[in-house]
Amino acid sequence: MRARSQDLGFRLTTGAFAAALAAIVIGVGVALVSQSWLTIQKFGLGFWSTSTWDPVAGDFGALPFIWGTLYSSILALLIATPIALGIAVFISELCPARLRTPLVFLTELLAAIPSIVYGLWGIFVLVPAVRSLQTHVPDALRALPIFAGPPLGVGMLSAALILAIMVVPFTSSVAREVLKSVPVTQREGAYALGATRFEAIRAAMYFARTGIVGAVMLGFGRALGETMAVTMVIGNNPQVSASLFAPQYTMAAVIANEFTEAADALYLNALVEIGLVLFAITLVVNGLSRLLIWSMARGARGPRRKPAGAAA
Amino acid sequence: MKIMRALMVTAAVLTVACGGGTPAGNATAPQASKELQINGAGATFPYPIYSKWFSEYNTLHPEVRINYQSIGSGGGIRQLTNQTVFFGATDGPMSEEQLKAAPGPVLHFPTVLGAVVPIYNVPGIEGDLRFSGAVLADIYLGKIKKWNDPALAKLNAGVKLPATDITVVHRSDGSGTTFIFVDFLSKVSPAFKEKVGVATSVNWPVGVGGKGNEGVAGLVTQTPGSIGYVELIYAKQTKTAYGAVQNAAGEFVKASVEAVTAAAAEAAANMPADFRVSITNAPGKTAYPIASFTWMLLFENPTDKAQSAAMVNFLKWALTDGQKGATELGYAPLPASVISLEQAALAKVKVS
Repeated sequence: MRARSQDLGFRLTTGAFAAALAAIVIGVGVALVSQSWLTIQKFGLGFWSTSTWDPVAGDFGALPFIWGTLYSSILALLIATPIALGIAVFISELCPARLRTPLVFLTELLAAIPSIVYGLWGIFVLVPAVRSLQTHVPDALRALPIFAGPPLGVGMLSAALILAIMVVPFTSSVAREVLKSVPVTQREGAYALGATRFEAIRAAMYFARTGIVGAVMLGFGRALGETMAVTMVIGNNPQVSASLFAPQYTMAAVIANEFTEAADALYLNALVEIGLVLFAITLVVNGLSRLLIWSMARGARGPRRKPAGAAA
Repeated sequence: MKIMRALMVTAAVLTVACGGGTPAGNATAPQASKELQINGAGATFPYPIYSKWFSEYNTLHPEVRINYQSIGSGGGIRQLTNQTVFFGATDGPMSEEQLKAAPGPVLHFPTVLGAVVPIYNVPGIEGDLRFSGAVLADIYLGKIKKWNDPALAKLNAGVKLPATDITVVHRSDGSGTTFIFVDFLSKVSPAFKEKVGVATSVNWPVGVGGKGNEGVAGLVTQTPGSIGYVELIYAKQTKTAYGAVQNAAGEFVKASVEAVTAAAAEAAANMPADFRVSITNAPGKTAYPIASFTWMLLFENPTDKAQSAAMVNFLKWALTDGQKGATELGYAPLPASVISLEQAALAKVKVS
């Protein structure tokens, strides 16, 4: 009787906290919609697909910012994921024990550096380096749209590189923890079947794949929302361009840049709607990664023998 | 049993919490009556001088404490309109629309002056370059693309300008600096006015954006062939070289505290009663053309008359003794003619 009533109290309290979580997410969504109602009414879905951003004329479209956010984040993910997984595998599987603690400490240190510090480093080190890289790109390649534009240093490539550096410690820390949780029996089994070390690690990674996808998506989420470091190196020019060297803009950056001085109602609403778009895209990305993880977990139940077969 | 006890403990905690609240409230109350707190918010540009003024004024009058949050001009106007602060501050005067949206008549009081200067990084050029408004506008419209463009060469006879591409740098964040700069360009170039217009953030046809003065200056120093614009104070503090700009009288003037005050003195002759005036492209031979007032915003009839009286006294002090501290921080002090107009206008603020 006593135990049960305690149980009930505990359940209610923690349940209330969980409900608060849902309420916060819904509350943020509702606030964003109500604060951007003017532009939602005025521009409708066109807000997502037009590229003019003119606070003077009161004409707003979010496409260049959506483009810039997704482009920089995906590019960062492509650069960061192999590096982060390499670090995670090395630390958890291959690293000599004496090196492990310092390496773990270093990755955690990287994760703890404030983004403005990354931004400063970006301005003084990364941007000049990217600029000199740009001046060394041969003219034949320059003709390609992906390398078009004058050598400014600031632009998409600098933003993606700095995002990649910021994302690596997150993804590698989580991936390392996930690999650590793979039962020893998995590896032992692989070795027993005559697997090489590489094959045993591959089997462990296959076992941990849902967690690894989770780690990668965590990095993606961080890249989508990163503001300060990106705005310092991306060039802040709202344009849809395929070029790695072109200055572009992200959603988080435009809100941070323009919100303080935005005085008229439509302009403010447009900035809040950018926030709403970012919120929606983050929700969709998280939802998709959930789906991916679920489908992988479900798939794991069927052809369980696959990794063993691969290792044999 | 246990539930009962748990409930009693909860009740006790709640009682203590509420009880704790009351004495704390009592403790702050007498302090509040001893010291008058006035809250304001707005422009970041005058923040250094405002914080100096508020702290000096507090030393002179310990009973008045003025808190200022430099959240940006837009934020200042918003908070004033919502009456969450007693006064606002802005680098661009409020528009008719914004004035109408406010719950009561709002008065503008110029406090100090600022200026915007063109900075550049042209390989091989050491001395000062000269610009005209039309040339600056065409550069920022993307019409002038090379440093050796005939229009630039004509202004800088005797200077060997290279055939380098011009990289245009502007502010990425909404800013009073941008407002002053595009206000000037719109006055001298109809094409610029039509295509870009005047606001704290605009739709730039070309260029890259740097965050803050330091962002623009950083990009310009790093990028050969670039041009940007920063506040005069920033250029002075960081000892960045800047160019001379042709004023309405046709003279090339390098920005200085005196040249900015001169621009304001010219404007004082035709000062509108509400002080909402742009002094870019001011007449007069010595006037620097890219200059502006920065304003404090007060309701004409504030609800809290004690704060209102204190604020009027503060402004009277800021307009006289306060002005002396402006120059050393790099702001241009107000000309005497504007100060006397403002002292008369302060009488409009209802203090009882």
